[in-house]
Amino acid sequence: MNDMTKVKSYEIQEEKIFLPGHSACPGCAMALSLRYILNTMGPNTVGLIPPSCMGPIMGAQPYSSMLIPIFHNSFESSASSAAGIKRALKARGKDDVNVIALAGDGGTYDIGLQALSSVAEHNEDIIYFCMDNEGYMNTGTQKSSSTPRYAYTTSTPGGKKTKKKNIVEIMAAHRIPYVATATIGYLDDLVYKVRKAKEIKGTRFILLLIPCIEGWGFPENDVATMARLAVQTGVFPLYEVEDGEKYTINHGPQGLPIENYLSRQRRYRHLTKEQIAEIQCEVDRNWRRLEKLASLFSFKES
Amino acid sequence: MRSTGSTMLLTGNHAAAYGAMLARPKVIPIYPITPQTPIAEKLTELQLQGLLNAEFITPESEHSAMAACISASLTGVRVFTATSSQGLLLMHELLHFASGARTPIVMANANRTPAIPWGFWADHTDSLAQRDTGWIQFYTESPQEALDTVLQAYLTAETVGLPAMVIFEAFYVTHCLEVVEVPAQEAVDSYLPPYEPEVKLDPEVGRSFGNVVDQKMYFQHRRSLDQAMERVFETARNADEQWRELTGRGYGIVEKYKSDDAETVLLTMGSISGTAKVAVDNMRKSGLSVGLLKVRLFRPFPVQELRRELQGRQRIVILDRNFSPGCGGILHQETKAALYGMKNVPPVFGYLAGVGGVNVSPQKIEEMVRSALRAAECPVKSIWAGDE
Repeated sequence: MNDMTKVKSYEIQEEKIFLPGHSACPGCAMALSLRYILNTMGPNTVGLIPPSCMGPIMGAQPYSSMLIPIFHNSFESSASSAAGIKRALKARGKDDVNVIALAGDGGTYDIGLQALSSVAEHNEDIIYFCMDNEGYMNTGTQKSSSTPRYAYTTSTPGGKKTKKKNIVEIMAAHRIPYVATATIGYLDDLVYKVRKAKEIKGTRFILLLIPCIEGWGFPENDVATMARLAVQTGVFPLYEVEDGEKYTINHGPQGLPIENYLSRQRRYRHLTKEQIAEIQCEVDRNWRRLEKLASLFSFKES
Repeated sequence: MRSTGSTMLLTGNHAAAYGAMLARPKVIPIYPITPQTPIAEKLTELQLQGLLNAEFITPESEHSAMAACISASLTGVRVFTATSSQGLLLMHELLHFASGARTPIVMANANRTPAIPWGFWADHTDSLAQRDTGWIQFYTESPQEALDTVLQAYLTAETVGLPAMVIFEAFYVTHCLEVVEVPAQEAVDSYLPPYEPEVKLDPEVGRSFGNVVDQKMYFQHRRSLDQAMERVFETARNADEQWRELTGRGYGIVEKYKSDDAETVLLTMGSISGTAKVAVDNMRKSGLSVGLLKVRLFRPFPVQELRRELQGRQRIVILDRNFSPGCGGILHQETKAALYGMKNVPPVFGYLAGVGGVNVSPQKIEEMVRSALRAAECPVKSIWAGDE
């Protein structure tokens, strides 16, 4: 099941919207993601950020690392704030301006889910990017409902007991036009998805896996490797769901055992063999389920 | 659109909705809650009839409604919303946001008792609990005043760059029908110019809002908020005066009723003022020198005006339809603080009158005044009163 649906070769064309000099950690996957998101969205864009690592990355007043207007709104309101901006722009005859939200997993899976669900149900015309580093990393690594089972965080010192919430299926269940997963391990795929989302009207949701150097515990030169391993071991398959039904798998597992991914992260170093086997089972089961969904509702590219 | 003003039989809710319609808001994020819902219903009806041309957002909560109000306002459009009680309390976090972002949102609030116990009754506690959030607060007495104040609130809010609440009580005002004069659109257009802020969220403007600041910058932001609040007194007075010139109706930021020569002055807010005016008339007939001041603008608190009006009186009797546990009546406490340090400060009697929406009759108000007249000394605490 290797890279089943090849993304057609895509040339990355960047506009300089995200600038150097920001205060993300050296090697941060979120900064790299932002570069490709913002530089693909282009200058005709307004951005929304809730409290998260996005605050320091954007920079303190009077500085900004982004050459687009940004509103730093409240933690739970990214989606509704973005909708407010879009509707106001529409009322002002500026419906062509892109409105994007750039939130973390705490702001999306947890405190912002209610607002996001409403915005998706209304199919408000925004693109919502969830930068998923699988925990509250900006406050020093606490668990979110995106934290995977058995992962160490400061609020789950013995390992998290429950499974990661499947936000992609939740968003797909809203039957919005576009839901996708992406990661900087596959940059051409990431840019392709941002570009594709940009051309669609309505609520679009892109989940980006952000391997977190501090929160997960791995060397800073391993960010891209970790992002690729997440895909290749099947932990984070790259796929798209259109209108809640049409599944397209872009990159899936390549038969690599999960241990290759887990053993490189400090948050998993306490795992027993049985727990690793359990995680492997869960990943395999999730992948089979995704394949089934894709075959049920597939939208074969010819 | 009507070319001339018209007279209609309207509830407080519908009057506020007509007021909002006349302001031509561009975005209306709104969430239903008793007893405010008829405002939302009337606005959608007016939209369907083509009398209103706004983007409606009907989110999943009042919190999201306020979030959308703030971001839409920052994007440079006039915004209206309405809420009540639990909804207002849910918005609390974002009320601070709205004033910090200097968004001149106008919001109607139908006062209702906060749970629990559950109730739907007239009580100012919900909005008074927001008095430190940086919103201008107008308390109104009747459907006509609610309509008039929505437009005065827009002019005031947009002039100083602060959000404003127009407040009236559950059922006593929200569902009370009265003859209301709805001004002509052209008249309102001449009163309230289109909202066109220079700084807004727009790629062509290129400005951001809400970045992290250092302590010094935060200090400066708060101080400029204070300066804006200070400008409200004159701005709101002028807005009221211009409205009087336009429609013949004006109230002042503190409305006076037979108070000029009164030895005893009643101090009220909201719908109880009408009842208290009847009580004043009755007491005057029996030879008592009583008058009334209605605090219409509660935030910013009209300290100078109250000091000027209340200095040298025999006594002040305050009716609070609200309750701050551990403190008492909020108007009582604020008025005492406002008068502190002044020469010839009269004794200030505070009554918790009508808390929970209980009926307060003119007779009851008369009893409170007579009891204050008899009192050998003035109690420090607010006194529970009303038909419990």
